[in-house]
Formats: sequence, structure tokens, C-alpha cells
Amino acid sequence: MQEVLNLDLIGAGLIIIGAGFGLGKIGSAAMEGIARQPEAAGKIQTAMIIIAALLEGVAFAALFAV
Amino acid sequence: MITFAPKFGGLKFYQKMLKENVFRNLLTIAIVGMSFTAFAAPADPQTGDATKAVDTKDEVTAFIDHHLADSHYYSFYADAEAGEHYGLPLPIILWDNGLKVFSSARFHHGEELVEMDGNYYRLYHSKIYKTDAEGTITYGEKGYPSNERPLDFSLTKNVVTMILVSILMLILFSSLAKSYKKGPLPTGFGRVLEPLVLYVRDEIAKPNIGKNYRKYMGFLLTVFFFIWILNLLGMTPLGVNVTGNIAVTFALALVTFFITQFSANKDYWKHIFWMPGLPIPMKIILAPIEVLGMFTKPFALMIRLFANMTAGHVMVMSLLGLIFVYQNWIAGPAFFGFTLFISIIELLVAFLQAYIFTLLSALYIGMATEEHSDHHPADNEDIPVI
Repeated sequence: MQEVLNLDLIGAGLIIIGAGFGLGKIGSAAMEGIARQPEAAGKIQTAMIIIAALLEGVAFAALFAV
Repeated sequence: MITFAPKFGGLKFYQKMLKENVFRNLLTIAIVGMSFTAFAAPADPQTGDATKAVDTKDEVTAFIDHHLADSHYYSFYADAEAGEHYGLPLPIILWDNGLKVFSSARFHHGEELVEMDGNYYRLYHSKIYKTDAEGTITYGEKGYPSNERPLDFSLTKNVVTMILVSILMLILFSSLAKSYKKGPLPTGFGRVLEPLVLYVRDEIAKPNIGKNYRKYMGFLLTVFFFIWILNLLGMTPLGVNVTGNIAVTFALALVTFFITQFSANKDYWKHIFWMPGLPIPMKIILAPIEVLGMFTKPFALMIRLFANMTAGHVMVMSLLGLIFVYQNWIAGPAFFGFTLFISIIELLVAFLQAYIFTLLSALYIGMATEEHSDHHPADNEDIPVI
């Protein structure tokens, strides 16, 4: 592409924005769940990590394609 | 000196702690202090700093590419100026109307042709091509070489690492199994492995697969520990990047795919091709989507592991290379700190990716083998509206 407007990098930036937004939503939902029920903190944390890993997989795969 | 210390609990404890931690503190200071001297080569005053930085960036890129790729020669150290490579030449096994076995030292890192039984082979960008006597590589469209390629079954770096890890796992787990003959508690290294095995059984296999989980425990345990150990080995300076090779993750995902398909029961196939409880036009539309989903799930497994590992390695090595690109007293320790931080996160990612792969495999197997106790409305009944 041209020197000034590199669409590849803008695409990568959009992917990272999407991943960051998704991870933020996961984190906030996990925080709220733990705040409501502190005794379920272990299970909520496990589920949060799993979903974060899935989202990271999608983000990295898309970054690779770019 | 410690024995003559006054017997106040606090002071003696402090002196004891100082004596025990002094070695650890010295080691930490030595390692961090070494980061201040991380220069690859002194800056060349004649050509100026700008061109030297560009050359170093290309060198760093070439180094990263070499680390990520598989290779037929296990190199320990390469001196680029003298042109010397020190390492272990691995055997090359080709099938080209006959088995041809020779050592990769005969290739001399892509400089020489190897002549065997009248065929000439040349190593070009880590791939072996069949050429004529001068070693010409003809390029097809898009700039890729279009020479013929023999079937390459060589023992490359990745293959040797996988074989060694399999032997290691065999030794460790058979020693764990044998230690159960003596009593209910394992001995030796089995004491580290037993909680992990129980974790895989109680958190991954049993909740997802249900009552006949024992059939699949072998596969789940193997895949979990295989991927975990290979991910960790990729983090070491040994220079092996096995799970960052898409062929390896493709093979692992393929095994998961075959296990799910061959152990699936009739309900699973019925749900894919002829989803019960829906009107007929919906069923016909849904069938190709479900078939695509059948293939997308192992494909995502493959891509997830490959992309996470490769991206992690590239990040760590790029940060490390930045120390050599910006050669000054502030950037060296700063980038060293970043590299250390990212490496620690990568250790977590190594475990996490193995856990995710195993969890999702167990989930897919569970979905394929579960017996439905719920009642789908038959096709001539109405969907109940409550």
C-alpha cells in the first residue's frame, strides 16, 4: 500500500481494539460476579481465564492473517 | 558469627535470613547487572549510527525467522563473520523412488549440492529440492521455486524434540504408574505429576465427558502434558519451536477430530444433518452450517495454539533484539525488564494453551458422545410454547 496510509496496520489496530474491548467486558463481568458472590470466586476466575484464552486465540489468528 | 549473636528472636532471625538469601541476592544483582553491558558490537564510528541500527534490525529479523523455522541442522552457535557453524547435523531421510539417507552436514548449510544415485539435491530456504547438476532453482509464478521435491521424512529439529519429549513422558508416567504398586501414595517425581493427573481427570474429563471418561483419559493426559512440555521447551534457549509449527498443531487437531468423529453416537450425526425439532426448510439450511462447524472447531484448535505460541516467541525475541538495536545504558535494562515480564507471562500462556486445548478437546468429545436425556419434540409435534 501507500507509504502514508498503511491499511494493514490500521486493520491490526482495529483487531487489537476489538480484543481489548472484549477482554474488558469479560473482566468487568467477572469482577461483578465475584463482588456479588465472593465464595464463587474460584469458578468465576477459571471461566474468565478460559474465555480470555479463546478471545486471544481469535485475536492472534486475525493478527497473523493481517 | 551467627552462634555468638545475641539470642533475641528478631535479630537472630534477621541474620539467619541474610545468610540464607545472600546467594540469591548476589545472583539477582549479577544477572540484572549484566543487562547493562548488553551490546552486540561496538557502534561503528565511520558509517554512523543510523546504518548500524538498520543492519542490526535485519539481523534480529533473520535471527527470529531462524528460531521460528524448523531446520535440518541443530546449530548451537554460528559465527557469521568467520562463516563457521557449530552444531549437530541431523540425518536426512528422503523418499525419491527409493530410500536415501544421509547426513545434513553434506549440504554445508545450503551451499553444496548432494549427489546420490544420480539425483542432485539442494537445500534452499530449509526445503530440499531436486535439481540438475548445477543446482539451478527454477522459479514458477509468484516467485516460489518450482523444482520437484522428494518426500522429506528427515529427522529435523522439531521431530527430534518431539521424540525426546515422548520418551521423557514415557519414563515419567510409567514411573508414576509403577509406584502405585507399592502403596496408595506415589514416590519420587510422581508426587508432582499426581495432582496434575487428578486435575485433568476431575476438572476437565469428568465434567465434560460424563460417565465413560476413562476411555479418553489417555488421550487427554497425553495431549495436555505433551503440549505443556513442548510449549515450555520453546521458551528455553534451546532454539526449538515445536508447537509454533503449524504442521504439529495440525496433527494434534487432526487427532482430536478423528477421535470425536469415530466415537460419536447416532444422536450427534442426527443433530448435524437433520436437527430434530425444526421445520424442514430450516433443517436443510442448517445442515451445511453444522457440517462447516464440525470442521471449524478443530481448525480453531490448531490456529489458536500455533498463533499464541508463535506470537509469544516473536514478542519475546523482538524485545530482546531491541536491546541490541538501541545500544545505550538506559534502553538495555529497560528492555531487559520488559523481556523478563513478557517471558513470565509466556510461561503462564504455555500452561494455559495446553489447558485450553485439552478442555476443548474434552468438550468436543463430550458433545459427540453424550446421550440426550432431553426430549426433542418429534417432527410432527408442535414446539411447546410455555
